Amino acid sequence: MNILMAILGAVSQGLLWAIMALGVYITFKILNFADMTCDGSFALGGCVSAVFIVSFGWNPYLSLLAAFIAGGIAGGVTGLLHTKLKIPAILSGILTMISLYSINLRIAGQANTPINTRTQGIDTIVTLITNLLPEEIRKNANTTTFVTMAIGVVFVAVCIGILYWFFGTEMGSAVRATGSNEAMIRALGVNTDRMKIIGLVLGNALVGLSGALVAQSQKVADVGMGQGTIVIGLASIVIGEVFLGKKLNFAAKLIFTVLGSILYRIVVAVVLQLGLKSSDLKMLTAIIVAIALSVPVLSKKHVD
Amino acid sequence: MLKITDVYKTFNTGTINEKKALQGVNLHVHPGDFITIIGGNGAGKSTVLNMIAGVYMVDSGSIVLDGKDVSKYPEYKRAEYLGRVFQDPMRGTAADMEIQENLALAFRRGKKRGLGWGITKEEKALYHDALKRLDLGLEDRMTSKVGLLSGGQRQALTLLMASLKKPKVLLLDEHTAALDPKTAKKVLDLTESIIADNKLTALMVTHNMKDAIRLGNRLIMMHEGRIIYDVSGEEKKKLEVSDLLQKFEEVSGGEFANDRMMLA
Repeated sequence: MNILMAILGAVSQGLLWAIMALGVYITFKILNFADMTCDGSFALGGCVSAVFIVSFGWNPYLSLLAAFIAGGIAGGVTGLLHTKLKIPAILSGILTMISLYSINLRIAGQANTPINTRTQGIDTIVTLITNLLPEEIRKNANTTTFVTMAIGVVFVAVCIGILYWFFGTEMGSAVRATGSNEAMIRALGVNTDRMKIIGLVLGNALVGLSGALVAQSQKVADVGMGQGTIVIGLASIVIGEVFLGKKLNFAAKLIFTVLGSILYRIVVAVVLQLGLKSSDLKMLTAIIVAIALSVPVLSKKHVD
Repeated sequence: MLKITDVYKTFNTGTINEKKALQGVNLHVHPGDFITIIGGNGAGKSTVLNMIAGVYMVDSGSIVLDGKDVSKYPEYKRAEYLGRVFQDPMRGTAADMEIQENLALAFRRGKKRGLGWGITKEEKALYHDALKRLDLGLEDRMTSKVGLLSGGQRQALTLLMASLKKPKVLLLDEHTAALDPKTAKKVLDLTESIIADNKLTALMVTHNMKDAIRLGNRLIMMHEGRIIYDVSGEEKKKLEVSDLLQKFEEVSGGEFANDRMMLA
């Protein structure tokens, strides 16, 4: 029972983190841009959301919107550094990420911002929705997990729907073409700088939203919560790809990224139950990504 | 249609690798002109095309396209007027997008790209017909990724994409040089028919002197960043490869033997 609940908890967390993975999918896979910003924008989303709820008494939904916008701005800064100032992609992301660490501390005023729903008379979206449920269901200890899961499913579904639509539009196609063949799409009249910025804004907005959702579900935002975000995002993508045939369509690729995120959380839950320390997770994640990325090389069957 | 006036371009100015690529190029292209451009390596043939397209900005001089001075326009803004096919078949198409998606991208050349659908039903019918005319069987593979196509097929597709929305000027930069002779001939035939059918104005860089003579109504020879020979009409029709060789040797003092200009 214990491990089953741990896995259910993992699924609900995996869904919330999946939105971040979708953001990384946009920058890394579609735009072909290794964007380090997301470590910062994830924590930014969490801090913005927590501070707006705790200090300003904002509606938690509205704070999600604020986190989404804040993440987008962070992505925009990276985009401007890269396109206008010609700073290499990785470095642009690192510069934004590092400055976000200071910015997040400024926003939160402290390293750790608890969202104490019991004593402060404030709500997260999880408690808001739980409160709508009848008394007898609310008393069940596992209700929070299921509510979180439901929230995750709804947000993931909406995000996938919007992304599927957007990347089918003229503008979305141009963003995809920018990631695929920049010289070609420029010759067809597209301002590729602008497309890169759009992709980075959208990707990091999702990462910020994900950070806010995670912070609200865990009732705490920490300036360090974003550390390793990009690696976790990549892990979700590559785990998803392992189970994905090469030829599936775009929606399927997004869905499998979400499944990858869930599976990642389950793996984490299982190894923690098996006695691994949570401080070992970063290395474990890195190993997963390294193995997954090297499989095509090692098997030598990789065809691009 | 296209007027190039006193264009100069130097790469790596002030370094040991300084290269005076263009040294006062003047060219007036009339509507309907199909100009072939020949010249040795480093003569500036490709550079001229790249200057027109805005890949590089002119150091001095001006480029006027369709009555508009585009010298200061970035590459993507000039795309409205230009269709382009490159030497590298990989460069003209997006490998991990579908054939029809590539065509849809090209169909919107120079237009604002908003939140309308990236490809519509009516377009698909249009692309189907256009692909059919290529006679490569691509019309039955419209949802295939372009990366699955051969170099020749990709080049034919790029050619179609460049002419899908009629360009003011079509720029062909040695677009058959990377293909095997048989495929090169096919793509060249296709080029001819597309230019004739759509009555396009075109500039074609080539290393093949026979092609340069056979195709088009006007021929230009470049050497060391200048146009040294410009011939059209009846005079061009009477040209022989030997005439071009002689002309070339006059200006280059025999260095021609080392050049990779093809005599075949």
